Amino acid sequence: MRCYDLIIIGGGPAGLAAAAAARAEGVTDLLLLERDAVLGGILNQCIHNGFGLHTFKEELTGPEYAARYMEQVESLGIPFRLNTTVLHLSADRTLTYINAEEGLVTVKAGAVILAMGCRERPRGALLIPGTRPAGIFSAGTAQKLVNLYGEAIGKEIVILGSGDIGLIMARRLTMEGAHVKAVAELLPYSGGLARNLVQCLDDYDIPLLLSHTVVEIKGRERVTGVVIAKVDENRRPIPGTETLYECDTLLLSCGLIPENELSREAGAAISPVTAGPVVTDDLQTSIEGVFACGNVLHVHDLVDYVSEEAANAGKQAAQYLQKKNAAPAGEAVPIVCEGGVRYTVPQALRPKAMPEKLTVRFRVQAPMKNRVLTLRDETGRVLLQQKKKHLAPGEMEQIVLKKEVLCAESAPKRLTLSLEDET
Amino acid sequence: MKQEMICICCPLGCRMTVCKEPEGTITVTGNTCPRGRQYAEKEVTAPTRVVTSTVAVSGAVCPRVCVKTAQDIPKEKIFDVMHEIHSAKACAPVHIGDVILQNCAGTGVDVVATSNAPAEPHNAHDAPKIESPLR
Repeated sequence: MRCYDLIIIGGGPAGLAAAAAARAEGVTDLLLLERDAVLGGILNQCIHNGFGLHTFKEELTGPEYAARYMEQVESLGIPFRLNTTVLHLSADRTLTYINAEEGLVTVKAGAVILAMGCRERPRGALLIPGTRPAGIFSAGTAQKLVNLYGEAIGKEIVILGSGDIGLIMARRLTMEGAHVKAVAELLPYSGGLARNLVQCLDDYDIPLLLSHTVVEIKGRERVTGVVIAKVDENRRPIPGTETLYECDTLLLSCGLIPENELSREAGAAISPVTAGPVVTDDLQTSIEGVFACGNVLHVHDLVDYVSEEAANAGKQAAQYLQKKNAAPAGEAVPIVCEGGVRYTVPQALRPKAMPEKLTVRFRVQAPMKNRVLTLRDETGRVLLQQKKKHLAPGEMEQIVLKKEVLCAESAPKRLTLSLEDET
Repeated sequence: MKQEMICICCPLGCRMTVCKEPEGTITVTGNTCPRGRQYAEKEVTAPTRVVTSTVAVSGAVCPRVCVKTAQDIPKEKIFDVMHEIHSAKACAPVHIGDVILQNCAGTGVDVVATSNAPAEPHNAHDAPKIESPLR
């Protein structure tokens, strides 16, 4: 059986950045596996601009952003296989993949980086009653059909869910000559970025119906309309508020789910909150030598953060292979979330082995204003405080933890991250 | 003229009210920083946007090539630019940065490619064509 030092599963933004970073750190025996016919992942269909403001200090479109990383991977001579699906991953880092040229191949890896990304929540998971006609698309599928193949998917459109892909598609379909009648959002606030609300909906006078949902889909062969109702604070439709929107197409932009079948099969501990693997500060999962980054770890808002996190995963995997961390890493200390913090990534850190500066990313449960982000140890001692003027669930937040602060006295045994009232 | 808008300069997303007096003075309220005022002033005087879309490409491994306006264009020209983009055709090979349309819709701004469209190889086995699943 062929044994590689490092195998990276997924050739999207995370996999590309992880591969380039691992190669730069001296890993030469590596292989990148990609399911699609091209590298770049979801970026290929994200033809809008706004990518790379943090990484390249300029506004790029998705394909341009992907191309920069593809060029890196090519110039570094990183081997990759396209049209290749990984079927199985074991805890001992044995991996089975399949493609048309090699057939079924089993290989072993010194380290594995999970970079499989995420997929959209489908209609079946949304429990919308009604018939099952043609004309119902997840927003990402619609994006692929319109942008990569130039297909016209419908004329009269309703969008359920105000996630960024839904908002982007509202604009895209309008520019392609379709009429987007409304975007309905179950929650009382949008999960999308402010710039998308403005430039995708306001620019084209597309109404955003907050606290509304689709309660029925009509049509036999093709969608003929959807019934939208207002919902109460418990997200239950309010009887008597139903309105019929005649349309031929319904787009669903109702959340993304990390794609962790392989991680689960391998036995990696999965967080019920992020739906991604639980990782320590080195982005290592509960399985030794298996690292995770990008949307398979937790759904990101900006690709720039995916690239940054993935480059770190590549570096950590390289260090693991070179056994630079040979000194005992010590126990990992959990980061407990309180006071509106929904999750953190990493979920735990090793005070002895952690880097001098560690970026911890987190999301909040609901929109908040004027809070104090506070990190305390198990005795309640404040290790770090930061004022936050504005927090929204759609926007990923981050906090940089310094080792010297965390371990100033004795190493903490438990950390709590919370959003507290201003006093 | 009074207009409500959300600032997009940072994640704060300030809800601003912009008043434009007939004599031309603009007052902005609700912003927390000077960038907000700047954005609001541009939005009510000369709003611009970068337009992104795709153009049909022949002789390539893929049916479409992605494009954008090389700079931002006046907002009211978006659909004029889209009209020209719709009727444009490109020939493979196309490289990122190639000019697809010059001076699009009289804006003085070119439309350039944002994706690569390599030419279709003679031997179809080398790189199978990427085609729409709907065809």
